Amino acid sequence: MSTMAFLKRSPWILHYDASSCNGCDIEVLACLTPLYDVERFGIINTGNPKHADILLITGGINAQNREVVENIYEQIPEPKVVIAVGACAATGGVFRECYNIVGGIDKVIPVDVYVPGCAARPEQIIDGVVKALGILEEKRGKMAGAARTKEEARHAEQAGEST
Amino acid sequence: MTWTWLIGAVLFLVLAPVIGGLIAGIDRRITARMQGRVGPPILQPFYDVGKLFEKESVVVTTAQNFYILAYLIFIALSGALFFAGGDLLLIIFAFTLAHVFLVLGAYAVHSPYSHIGAERELIQLMAYEPMIILAAVGLYMITNSFYVVDIAVSTVPAILYLPGVFLGFATILTIKLRKSPFDISTSHHAHQEIVKGITTEFSGSTLAQVEIAHWYENVFLLGFIYLFFAWNPVIGIIAVVVTYLAEIFIDNVTARVRWQAALKSGWLAAVLGLVNLAILSYMMLGGA
Repeated sequence: MSTMAFLKRSPWILHYDASSCNGCDIEVLACLTPLYDVERFGIINTGNPKHADILLITGGINAQNREVVENIYEQIPEPKVVIAVGACAATGGVFRECYNIVGGIDKVIPVDVYVPGCAARPEQIIDGVVKALGILEEKRGKMAGAARTKEEARHAEQAGEST
Repeated sequence: MTWTWLIGAVLFLVLAPVIGGLIAGIDRRITARMQGRVGPPILQPFYDVGKLFEKESVVVTTAQNFYILAYLIFIALSGALFFAGGDLLLIIFAFTLAHVFLVLGAYAVHSPYSHIGAERELIQLMAYEPMIILAAVGLYMITNSFYVVDIAVSTVPAILYLPGVFLGFATILTIKLRKSPFDISTSHHAHQEIVKGITTEFSGSTLAQVEIAHWYENVFLLGFIYLFFAWNPVIGIIAVVVTYLAEIFIDNVTARVRWQAALKSGWLAAVLGLVNLAILSYMMLGGA
């Protein structure tokens, strides 16, 4: 099972708008249109964190959605990656001085890929997702490896008990 | 000779996931072309299911996995009975029971979205159940048998006697294939509406099982369509292909309706079937 790598052929994305101005959101949705058609790569924009592999966030974290972002991140099954799309998601952008803005996404959850731009272009977003697929594959390998080590340890323990 | 039924069942159990997955892949490709997109590879559904088995298993209530496994087993069983040439009524009851397990699985978890999806699935069940039974009754009336093995070799052109039943069955097929305008329980195309409806709380291998069960189900339903044209295998296969293409077309040109309209459509289809059967029985009495 672990030698097969279907994950990078079928990344399902959960798009969350933290406190974006909608500029990046429109570019994210543009990726689904006939011009860019990310479904070519098996990418699906799902609305359900439990079905997602990639959490794609636009905009900076604000005081109110901090828990929401943490909650969504927790609900995504491993292996998972986080992509911060746009300047605001990376650092808080032009809103970083605002009283309600906490900052970039990495202030709350670990981010794997940063896509720069204001707004980020669809080509850049697709490029970011492709980068994320490499990291996702790496994490899957580690997860499978860890599971195997754990399994071997359990077998060794059982063997020790039986003797 | 007594072994032939077993061959059909085994062939179905082994080949249906492959054929069902390929149909799903072709479906997604044709849908994409209809929308002016390139679309995913034909094998995409297999990648998706393979991926789901690689994911971490997140289970809130362990009972949900049991129910979904029961759903998969009973769908496979009803399909296997069908291709073994079994009794249509038994097949339909096993098929209904499978969906009851799916609904129970969705009710077992504590998500309101999952519960809404389960309620809508029950409504869909109410909508299509009368029609699916009428289809079996119609096939019985012209072939004098509820056994698929007898209906499949019958030389009577069933479609000519049962055009209303066929149209009604095609209507509920849209519900069963989870296609627009009746895609209300899984919310397949409207992700934000009720998150993912009945499958909201299923992830990883459990979701993969739901997907595989759906492939089994689709192959079984297309087999049912074939029964209407069984007197001529070539026309039968062409009819199955044309019906499925029409379903994809309807999926792409219609907006989803509310559950009330779905229920009314399902029962209107049943009325259409009933009228057909009434005329048929009148003609048969007159002829006798």
